[in-house]
Parts: sequence; C-alpha cells; structure tokens
Amino acid sequence: MVKDKRILMTGNEAIAEGAIQAGCRFYAGYPITPQNELTAYMAKHMPERDGIFIQAESELSAINMVFGASAAGVRAMTSSSSPGISLKQEGISYLAGTELPSVIVNMMRGGPGLGNIAPAQSDYFQATRGGGHGDYHSIVLSPSSVEEAYNFMFLAFDLADKYRNPVIILGDGMIGQMMEPLELTAVSCQLSAEYKKPWALTGCKARLPNIIRSLFLAEGALEERNLKLQKKYKEIQKAEQRLEELFSSDAEFILVAYGGMARIVKGTVKKLREKGFRAGLIRPITLWPFPQAGITQILNRLHRKKHLPIFLVVEMSYGQMLEDVKLAVDGKAKVEFLGRAGGGIPTEEEIINKIRRNGKNLFSS
Amino acid sequence: MEKIFSRPKSLRNISTHYCPGCGHGIAHRLIAGVVDELGIRDKVIAIAPVGCAVLAYDYWDFDCTEAAHGRALAVATAIKRVRPQNIVFTYQGDGDLAAIGTNETIHAANRGENLTVIFINNAVYGMTGGQMAPTTLLGQKTATSPLGRNAQREGYPLKISEVLSQLSGVKYIERTSFYSPQEILKAKRAIKLAFQNQIEGIGFSLVEILSPCPTYWDMSPQKAMEWIANIMIKEFPLGRIK
Ligand SMILES: Cc1ncc(C[n+]2csc(CCOP(=O)(O)OP(=O)(O)O)c2C)c(N)n1
Ligand code: SF4
Repeated sequence: MVKDKRILMTGNEAIAEGAIQAGCRFYAGYPITPQNELTAYMAKHMPERDGIFIQAESELSAINMVFGASAAGVRAMTSSSSPGISLKQEGISYLAGTELPSVIVNMMRGGPGLGNIAPAQSDYFQATRGGGHGDYHSIVLSPSSVEEAYNFMFLAFDLADKYRNPVIILGDGMIGQMMEPLELTAVSCQLSAEYKKPWALTGCKARLPNIIRSLFLAEGALEERNLKLQKKYKEIQKAEQRLEELFSSDAEFILVAYGGMARIVKGTVKKLREKGFRAGLIRPITLWPFPQAGITQILNRLHRKKHLPIFLVVEMSYGQMLEDVKLAVDGKAKVEFLGRAGGGIPTEEEIINKIRRNGKNLFSS
Repeated sequence: MEKIFSRPKSLRNISTHYCPGCGHGIAHRLIAGVVDELGIRDKVIAIAPVGCAVLAYDYWDFDCTEAAHGRALAVATAIKRVRPQNIVFTYQGDGDLAAIGTNETIHAANRGENLTVIFINNAVYGMTGGQMAPTTLLGQKTATSPLGRNAQREGYPLKISEVLSQLSGVKYIERTSFYSPQEILKAKRAIKLAFQNQIEGIGFSLVEILSPCPTYWDMSPQKAMEWIANIMIKEFPLGRIK
C-alpha cells in the first residue's frame, strides 16, 4: 500500500509552514481572527527552526518589526486580518518606499469597522491599489486552496526578494480556517539563495555604510526615486501576471472569481458544463499585477471564433475586482456582477440565477 | 604637536542642517565619539527617528535606517533579534518616543530588549514647527499651546524615563543635559555606559538628554542653555533614574 503523504492542515497553518520552509526567519504578529492559527503555528515552530517569533504589542509594531528584520537581511513576514491590515498600511508604504522585501498575509474578514469575522473580499482595493500613502504597489497573490496557500509562500518570498517589494497574500477566512489535505513537499525555492542582499544592515565591516531610507529632500530626488519604482512596477506587470482558466476556449459566459469565492464558482462552472452549458472560468491568481493580458487574450480568441462571451464577476464584496475586469475587458464584452459581503457568500444558486437572468438564450443554444 | 581633539571617525565631515545652538549636533557627535572609543563602528546599526534628526544617517558614518514616526524601537527590536552580534541603537525625540511611539517604547523596554536608546528631550516638536510635545513644561508657550501649557487642558509634562524605570525589563536610565561642558561630559559618560551595557548583554538602557531648541523656545542659544539649567531641570531632575 502506498502511504498517503498528505496531512490535514488549515490554510493558516499551511501558510505558516510554507513560509518557514521558504526560509522565513522572522515573524511578528498581533492576534486577530480569522488568522490566529497562523500566529500560533509560528509561535510554536519558529523558535524550533532557527527563527524568531514575536507577539507584537500592535499591528503597527508588528509591521515595523518586519521592516527591521528585512532591513537586517532576513526573510520576514507578518499576518493579520482586515482591521489589523489597515493599521499596517503606513508600514507597508515605508517597506515599498525603502524597497524592503517582505510578506504580509491578510485573511480578510467582514468590514467596514470592526465588521465581523466571516470571510470577505472587501480589502481588494486596499491591497491592489497600494493601500497606504504614496504611489506604490504590493504584489498580491490570491490562494484558492490550502495547498495553493502553502505553495504560494515560496513564490511570495522569491518575488519579494527578486523585486525588493512587499508581497501580500490576500486570503479570506474561508481559506484560512478550512482544513484540506496537502503534501508538504517544498516547492523548489532556489531564488532565496540567489538573492544576495548587499544593501542589508549588517554593520559596515570592510564596506561603506548602508543606509535604508525613503526620505528624499533634494530637488528632483523623490521624483527620480518614484520613476525608479514605477519602472519596477512595469517590469512586474509584464512578467508576473498569473491566472487560471477553465473551459474558456469556447465559453459563452465566463465567470471571474478569486480566492475562496473561486472555489464555489469553479464548482458551479463544472456543474453547468456537465449540463451542457458553455461556461468558463477565469481565476486571477495575481491580483496585482492583474492578469489583464491573459483576459485580453482569452477574449480575442473567443472573438476570432465569433463568440461574444458575457462576463460575470462574482465577489465577496460589492464590486472591487469588478473594476479591474472591466478595465481588462475594455468595453469589448458585457460585464455583469454578483457580490455579497458582510458574511453573505454568493451561492451556486444565486450565480446560476444571475446567468439565467442576464442571458436566457445562452442556455437554449 | 599632538592632536588631542578631532572629529570622530564615525561622524562624516559635512555640515548639518540643524539651527544654531541646537542640541542634536552635540548628541550626534557624542554618540560618534563613543562608537569610536568602543571600537564598534563596524558593528553599529542606528535607527534614525522622524523628527529634526531624521537625516542623522547623513551625518553618522555607519549603517543606519529610518523608521516611521514613533516606530524606532519596533524596528530596533527586530534588527537586534535578527543580528544579536550587532550593536543597535535608536535616536529619538520626545514626540517620537513619548507620544506617537509610546506603545513601542514601553513594550520594547518591558520585553527587556538589549538595546541602547538615546532620547532627546527638547520639550517641543521641532521638525513640524514648535508644537506642544508630551514633555512641554506647564506654562510653556508653543504653536499648539499658545496660552502656555495648562494642566487642566493639556495635562502634565510626561516623565517617560520615570515611567519606564518601573519596568523590570529596564536596566539603566539616566537623565542628562547639555547646559554646560561638564554636563555634556556627563551625558557622554552615560551614553558610553548605555552602549557598554548592550555590549555586555545587560539589557535595555536609555539616556535622556535635555537638549536645547533655541528656535522654538524663541531664545538665543545662550538663553536656551540657561533655561535648561534654571527651569527645565526642575521638572526633569538630572541623574540616574535606574
Ligand atoms: C505618522 C506621522 N505623523 C506625524 C508626522 C509629522 N511629524 C514629523 S516630526 C514630528 C514631531 C517630531 O518631534 P520630536 O520627536 O520631539 O523631535 P524633534 O523634531 O523635536 O527633534 C511630527 C509630528 C509624521 N512624519 N508621521
Ligand atoms: S527646530 Fe529646534 S530641534 Fe530642530 S534643528 Fe532647530 S533648534 Fe534643533
């Protein structure tokens, strides 16, 4: 009998384990549901595995500890959920401005305000538009399963080091707290070794002093800095867009969803296919950079076959990613929307109803 | 001829942006001197504040980072934990350390982080134009206490060093000042001890310095020194607190 190497873990724990395996050696966090399992896992495992765990006095402190650890040259991360992530925004802006690699996990919950602890996707704008002050972007990855959450940690730390940029893992309470079996085989993470950090603060032994700063007062210096950052963001947009597509080559309607929501939508799409309806799925994996090129490609392909697909964006929010889909589609197809937040999750039935209402004829073909 | 006084190696040979008579320049120099004397220039990592000393990294000649306003001790905590072999210090004003950053200050102290803190108390917010600081004296006029600080309205000057001295994690706190050459020498000795403590692993050490801000005290540099000697030390008594 072949032994099943898979073990059962929550998304939060899988993220923590993935991070440690990816070489994360510093974690600071402040308790908040629905990500507490992540902090607890780090508290237990980091000290055993040559890492540092600090329960910070606030999210402000935690993100600034990540700033310090990253400045000192190690892979560092923090995690929180929506209200705590709001507190971290100033720190993320500093990380972007100083170009310090860092990973921030947001297990989104309902808002605004204290909201509730139900899964939500209402922090999409905050994550993908910068969130803090200044013209900057974090790279945003959206896992849709426990296994993917684990795997993305290797990618997240590599991208952070490669581009010297904050990377956000944008999950939700569903991804964080559900349990799934997964195999803990470290994805190769060779980049971690590739990225030497000559800029890190280690003491100026046998070299000139290193300075980490985001303050540029000289005439034109900050503009120059910003142009450098913008150039980097362009490179990232070019090289790092990722999406998953399913049945999109002949789809008459394409459902677009990410993260936990995409699980439900994927199930719906498969069911519709079984019934003979030409449904397709686009699941953005990188939310920033948004996989605009992939969507345009899918759309062009369909247009060449004289298909005129309708897009239906489904979110656990009142329409945030919707704006990016509309930008990507650029008026070349109809884009419909279904969203609920604050604890409500769009159901399969609601999704199917939405499709029917907007395109009855699609089903009769 | 023997040279008995020169610029420390850890201080770059450039002029600062500080106002005439400002205490920040003296403090930078003392720290640089201590770093040289202890032979730790290639191990030191400094955290500059947000405040008038925000450009300290342009003046010191060793590894430095900025920190967001008030967060220096969170940044320092992580650097020291990651690199215990390095000597890590923060340099912070009263607004940075005792208003916006009070939480980071108290908790780093309470965790007993093995760090050195140089705390510049000039009783105002210099960088933003002379507003009231937590350390502003009663009656002192500032941009945001135009009638003079009033306890009923604005509360009392915050003696953060005394507050911190209550914490078990804190090993050394001394309040010094810059009002005379003798006092400056005492301040230097205190700074040296605060660094030695870290080298020996003794733990959280903080030196508070009553430092002049002639610009926003609306005084000549000379008068500012006298004000420290005659008025400020009554509210903030000098000497070892812990
Ligand atoms: C989050 C944030 N709030 C406010 C400011 C504006 N600010 C810059 S320095 C400063 C006060 C500095 O005062 P202090 O720490 O006493 O240092 P000093 O300038 O007197 O040396 C303030 C309020 C800022 N940079 N960031
Ligand atoms: S404003 Fe005050 S603290 Fe700031 S440089 Fe001038 S004298 Fe120094």
